[in-house]
Amino acid sequence: MKKLSARRRHPLAALVVLLFALAATGGLYGMFAPAEAAKADSSAQSLQIDEGKRLFAVGCSSCHGLNGQGSSTGPSLVGVGSAAVDFQVGTGRMPAQQPGAQVLKKPNIYSQDDIDAMAAFVASLGPGPVTPTKDQYTSTETDAISKGGELFRTNCSQCHNFAGAGGALTQGKFAPSLENVDPKHIYEAMQTGPQNMPSFPDSTMPEKQKQEIVAFVRYQANEAPNPGGLSLGSLGPVTEGLFGWIFGLGVLIAIAIWVAAHTTKAKKS
Amino acid sequence: MSSASTGGKQAAPASTRAKPANKAEAAADYLDGRLGIYSLAKSNLRKIFPDHWSFMLGEICLYTFIIIILTGVYLTLFFKPSMGEVIYNGSYAPLNGVRVSEAYASTLNISFEVRGGLLIRQIHHWAAIVFVAAMFVHMMRVFFTGAFRKPREINWVFGFLLLFLGFFDGFLGYSLPDDLLSGTGIRFMEGAILAVPLVGTYLSFFLFGGQFPGTDIVPRFFTIHVLLIPGIMLGLLVAHLILVFYHKHTQWAGPGKTEKNVVGMPLMPVYMAKAGGFFFLVFGIIAAMSAIASVNPVWAYGPYRPDQVSTDAQPDWYMGFAEGLIRVMPGWEIRAWGHTLNLGVFIPLVLFPLVLVAIAAYPFIENWITGDKREHHILDRPRNAPVRTGLGAAWISLYLVLLSGGGNDLIATHFHLSLNDITYFVRAGSFIVPVVVFFITKRWCLGLQRRDKEKVLHGRETGVIKRLPHGEMIEVHAQLPQGALHTLTSHEQYEPLELPAEVDENGVARKVGLVTKTRAKLSESMFGEGNQIPKPTAEEHQEITSGHGHH
Repeated sequence: MKKLSARRRHPLAALVVLLFALAATGGLYGMFAPAEAAKADSSAQSLQIDEGKRLFAVGCSSCHGLNGQGSSTGPSLVGVGSAAVDFQVGTGRMPAQQPGAQVLKKPNIYSQDDIDAMAAFVASLGPGPVTPTKDQYTSTETDAISKGGELFRTNCSQCHNFAGAGGALTQGKFAPSLENVDPKHIYEAMQTGPQNMPSFPDSTMPEKQKQEIVAFVRYQANEAPNPGGLSLGSLGPVTEGLFGWIFGLGVLIAIAIWVAAHTTKAKKS
Repeated sequence: MSSASTGGKQAAPASTRAKPANKAEAAADYLDGRLGIYSLAKSNLRKIFPDHWSFMLGEICLYTFIIIILTGVYLTLFFKPSMGEVIYNGSYAPLNGVRVSEAYASTLNISFEVRGGLLIRQIHHWAAIVFVAAMFVHMMRVFFTGAFRKPREINWVFGFLLLFLGFFDGFLGYSLPDDLLSGTGIRFMEGAILAVPLVGTYLSFFLFGGQFPGTDIVPRFFTIHVLLIPGIMLGLLVAHLILVFYHKHTQWAGPGKTEKNVVGMPLMPVYMAKAGGFFFLVFGIIAAMSAIASVNPVWAYGPYRPDQVSTDAQPDWYMGFAEGLIRVMPGWEIRAWGHTLNLGVFIPLVLFPLVLVAIAAYPFIENWITGDKREHHILDRPRNAPVRTGLGAAWISLYLVLLSGGGNDLIATHFHLSLNDITYFVRAGSFIVPVVVFFITKRWCLGLQRRDKEKVLHGRETGVIKRLPHGEMIEVHAQLPQGALHTLTSHEQYEPLELPAEVDENGVARKVGLVTKTRAKLSESMFGEGNQIPKPTAEEHQEITSGHGHH
């Protein structure tokens, strides 16, 4: 021990102690660390992220950058979460067809697995809203539609119209129609606030209220029977006025012309 | 023998007149003795009306008005004009448990529980939309044909008042169900009232009985909608029709038609049958419309809450130009001495009646310019009054431009345009489009006048090509028949107003007022050289047709 003690002030002593400490910590970690987690990481999730990264590099990186850091043509995707990817790609809005006032919906060309992979990659860039599961966006309450209607008229109808038919925003932007939109995508849109839409995170609109809105939109835009007949697009008095002029007054004037043309003749002419 | 026996029978009742042939005649006799229907019928049943489809536009108005009253009475049986709050629990499940007003709940009840209620509601609303549209077209028919001239100026004003009241009664009816759309409309109106300088807030508190929306507005609107305005309209309508009878109907120019006669067919039986049949056709078309297309689906709008609003919140079409005025007006404000003058709303509020009054006042302005005190029963063809036709077309174009401003959001979404661009277009277009339309229409009318002149002087093209001995090819023109010549040349043309000579016979400068000078200038712009084509005279026609070769 004397030998060791004598060298304790040697210039390299600190380095040796550090090496020992590191080796001990590493060794202890190796002994106690959960081995399975490391294994799973190397198999499913990280493979999915790798796959996502590959797809991302092909389909998205020209605007959003190879690591989703964003560029002059596309915003940073750090922290947007998997829900944003699932919505944007799942509805066909991304990859964008062309720049413009608003990125338009188009047929989605990716499989759900591809979308999940890209979502996993983007989620790995930073924490954000997570793709909801089916029970998150499906309401089982019986009064969900009426409650959702009130919430919808308070929060959504000023842009999306009372029946979810959509409406205009400034400079060529618009709130799209909600007809035939997947309930998952409605939920994700509220979570993430795509394009010009404000986001409604759980802190301002709890999950239950979002479920109710989804239930109302699904009912209003898809299932609701229209007891009055043709809905004329559910666009309010503008289309009603047009219909009244063309099919109401137009037909009546045509009939007036017909009646006036068929008249009794005092003499044969 | 038989006469003696009947005489014996008649002796018992102390009758002084012949026995009626049947029960109908007996009933008519009874009524004639008390109401004097024989003389009324004698003077009116054979009244002559001229035949033209455009004379039936007023009938569409009358019939839709009757349909509105009939269906409206049915609706009042079930509608509860109250803002009392109830929890809705009815057959429209998606609104169950929602807090609504009694007005809204009873409208849902009419739509879903009352037998035939929804159909009647839709007939009422569609008929209202068609009613105002028909009044609009009827008014423009009268305008373009000059049927508003003496002696019909007052009837023109009655008709205009009917249109104006129709606008407001329609708006009130739209406000009654207390759904999200009607509440937004009332909010719009409140904003307009508040924009009135000085008294705006007082007016608003008076109308709403306090703060918006309060509980008074629906019952008050109900009374005005079902009682006050329809009452006035009914009175005006009767006066309008009495005046039509009194003045007799106008007619198109033609052989045998003068300012002193009416050529057509009698009310009984021809027009009784035609008009009666047309009533059922109108009712049928409106009912068919109401059966196939929904109008104002209040259940989809939801109940009104002041914190909620939906896009596509427009008024019915006739108020759409007011909506357009508001939408395109820049949001100017003047703040002074702690008060705000909201020009962004106040200017549209002033322009709204001015746009309407502009068309109503035109007949009086035209009469002032022409100074014509004679009666006119022969209609003008629109082309023969180019300035009037141009002004009418310009007015319609202004109305349409503003209307498109009111629907700018739907134009934006459906034609993939920018909302802002449409708004800028409407702002500029309100000034430019009517001017452009005026000049195009006027030139168009003058072109048609030239064509008429050409037809009168040179006949119509027969399509027959003739080759002359020296090889020239000509198309043979055929003279128009005498009747057509008369129709095309019977209109009269005003001379522009001549200002008196600058000095009178004593060489003293004559004083000509500014008003007279303006009048002369306007007269020149209506009837001066280049503003109407001199119609062919009999001498010109004689000259050309007397056989000096072809032309």
